Amino acid sequence: MTAVVNPVEPLLRTERIPHIWCPGCGIGTTVNCFARAISESPDIDLDKLIVVSGIGCTGRVAGYLRLDSFHTTHGRPIPFATGLKLANPELRVVVYSGDGDLIAIGGNHFIHAARRNIDLTVICVNNFNYAMTGGQVGPTTPTTAIGTTAPYGVYERPFNLPYLAASCGAVYVARWTAYHVRQLAKSMKEALHKKGFTFIEIISPCPTLYERRNRLGDGLARMRFYKDNSVIDHDADLRSLDIGFEGKITCGRFVNIERPSLIEAMDTRLSDKLGPKYQPIGNGT
Amino acid sequence: MSDTETDRKVRPNRPKGVVVIDRDRCKGCGFCVEFCPTGVLALSEQINGKGYHPPEAVAPDKCTGCGLCGMYCPDFAIFGYRPGKQASEVD
Amino acid sequence: MKADPRGVLTGAHYIDGNHACCEGAIAAGCRFVAGYPITPSTEIVERIAVRFPLVGGVFIQMEDEIASSIAIAGAAWAGKKAMTVSSGPGISLMMEHVGFAVMTETPCVFVNVQRGGPSTGLPTLPGQADMMQARWGSHGDYEIIALCPSSPQECFNLTIDAFNLAEQYRVPVFMMMDECVGHMTEKVVIPPADQIEVEPRHFTDLPPEQYLPYKAGDDSVPDMVKAGDGYRIHITGLTHDERGYPVISADCQDRLVRRLVGKINRNVDSITRVDQDQVEQADVVVVSYGITARVALRPIEMARRKGIKVGHLRLVTVWPFPQQIIRELAGRVKAFVVPELNLGQVVLEVERCAAGQCPTLLVDHAGGTVHDPDRIYQAIVEAAK
Repeated sequence: MTAVVNPVEPLLRTERIPHIWCPGCGIGTTVNCFARAISESPDIDLDKLIVVSGIGCTGRVAGYLRLDSFHTTHGRPIPFATGLKLANPELRVVVYSGDGDLIAIGGNHFIHAARRNIDLTVICVNNFNYAMTGGQVGPTTPTTAIGTTAPYGVYERPFNLPYLAASCGAVYVARWTAYHVRQLAKSMKEALHKKGFTFIEIISPCPTLYERRNRLGDGLARMRFYKDNSVIDHDADLRSLDIGFEGKITCGRFVNIERPSLIEAMDTRLSDKLGPKYQPIGNGT
Repeated sequence: MSDTETDRKVRPNRPKGVVVIDRDRCKGCGFCVEFCPTGVLALSEQINGKGYHPPEAVAPDKCTGCGLCGMYCPDFAIFGYRPGKQASEVD
Repeated sequence: MKADPRGVLTGAHYIDGNHACCEGAIAAGCRFVAGYPITPSTEIVERIAVRFPLVGGVFIQMEDEIASSIAIAGAAWAGKKAMTVSSGPGISLMMEHVGFAVMTETPCVFVNVQRGGPSTGLPTLPGQADMMQARWGSHGDYEIIALCPSSPQECFNLTIDAFNLAEQYRVPVFMMMDECVGHMTEKVVIPPADQIEVEPRHFTDLPPEQYLPYKAGDDSVPDMVKAGDGYRIHITGLTHDERGYPVISADCQDRLVRRLVGKINRNVDSITRVDQDQVEQADVVVVSYGITARVALRPIEMARRKGIKVGHLRLVTVWPFPQQIIRELAGRVKAFVVPELNLGQVVLEVERCAAGQCPTLLVDHAGGTVHDPDRIYQAIVEAAK
């Protein structure tokens, strides 16, 4: 008679739990969705599922998952993942990191990976700030919101991540909030099974910093806010997906297209040009 | 407020579920209480070793084992299942 | 183990140092290169782009040097021998990832075809002013291995050595070329594959339940694994324990960093390579490396004809620095002469190790061309007094 365990448990390095995330933080919620997506995918060989994170609160996800996981440098999980994938195309590589890591310092790598359509799933937890370092603003912080490096309120315009990803060529683009656990798990499953650069943005609470400084309540208040102020519109115009301070959040699966992945394109071109002389990289050493 | 059960009729063959709570992991965020569709949970008066109020099943017979509590919990401190099915097959 | 013959262009070639470096990498078993164009290194990746699809390698031109320097770490963890190539400004960008490779013990090779600096400097002209950067460029305490070829032939040979050292010690290794050696065309003989010794990656033979990514044996070097083999490793740049899990404590830091540094420090004798010519009886020893070692040959010869007993100590590895040899020589020579294409970098090490036992004459040069041999000659004459 086997003991019944939490479905997420086999995927966790339980010896490292409790994790470092705050009460009401949504990152752990996204990890449950990831676990659900995997548990519903018996075709995914967990030995070949690699998670790569950058630096930040979300970057710590790699350390809590019992998969081959890499906690790399700030902003650079995507090029690290690119090296992994190109060197062994049999690996299924997931980049799991935060808004500052992926879009600010990592922005250049993000747009090129999308452009190239390297076969990666990029999960971006967007809590509108640099949480790990104490709540500085970032390129997704809504205008007028406060952070430690914008004490009088942000006067920049933030990125619209789904639009950015789509414009660079991502073949799968979705946005959910931490409230939309079912839809998020489903999106993760779709993205994991789709070839090419797949991107999921997850709006998530940071009750200790972003929400507290901007007097938006605790994690639960934010989850209620997401529930009451989000709309699901898969056909939304990508240009309309900006998130204003306390504004409406449009969620959905906005892009789901097909185009050759980087490795497919490389193999096609090099085979065309070199014929039988072309040697794709082997999977041994 | 969580989805209410006002439009749920009590059916004799409604699935029965069990909720399992790891009180020590809980950080009292309240997500599970909020998003349980049948109102099984409430934050306990008691506190755990870290000073948080973990949930308790105040209406356990209403649990259907849907597993939403476990999906929401950021601390991996709670999950639901339907006995007779594997936990991973919940819902 | 012997080189894979599929990658080895056995024969005599008339190629420049950059091209020879590319062939050395392929002969060594390198099958992943990520790079970014920068003069005077670009020919290396251009040749790699042509050759790799024919030998089962993957080349990708990344969006910048920062991406290149971490993509090679990803490829290394997927089991491949990996290299990146750059020059001063790009190497500066890569420094964080040199440290990441040190900390995570990722074998890989960084090639710096040095040019005039600082900043954009002299893109098309030689310099040797990145020598200290190779040693200290990243933050934190660490040791580094750096090899300095003096000819296109050595660009081939030493690139193989660089990969072998990277595997042996699980470290990033620098190939410190310069524009002159990189763009100089000479005869390069590539031997048959079965005459080329190649160090394979030291994969563990422990099963996953017993394997710890950062538990080392007596040689301080843990065995490696690759992603996808079921070991479920966690690798982080944070200070970590033997499991690879972050441990933020002074105790763990002490254990880890001392072991990392010890990997090289304790093996200086096997890593260090120098060429010694008439050093035993010398009154003056010229300490040189890279292209400057070639330039120094004529002044040394002229000085010898004038009766000065000049020895030539050519550093093939500049890092780790051969302290013992310098210390020992300092006790019996009149002086060292150190010509270098910078305003004094490796000379600082020579002075440090000489510890005042004898003077050290620097023949400096801000870069842009090689030394006027006469300046080196004059320094030797001065040193012999």
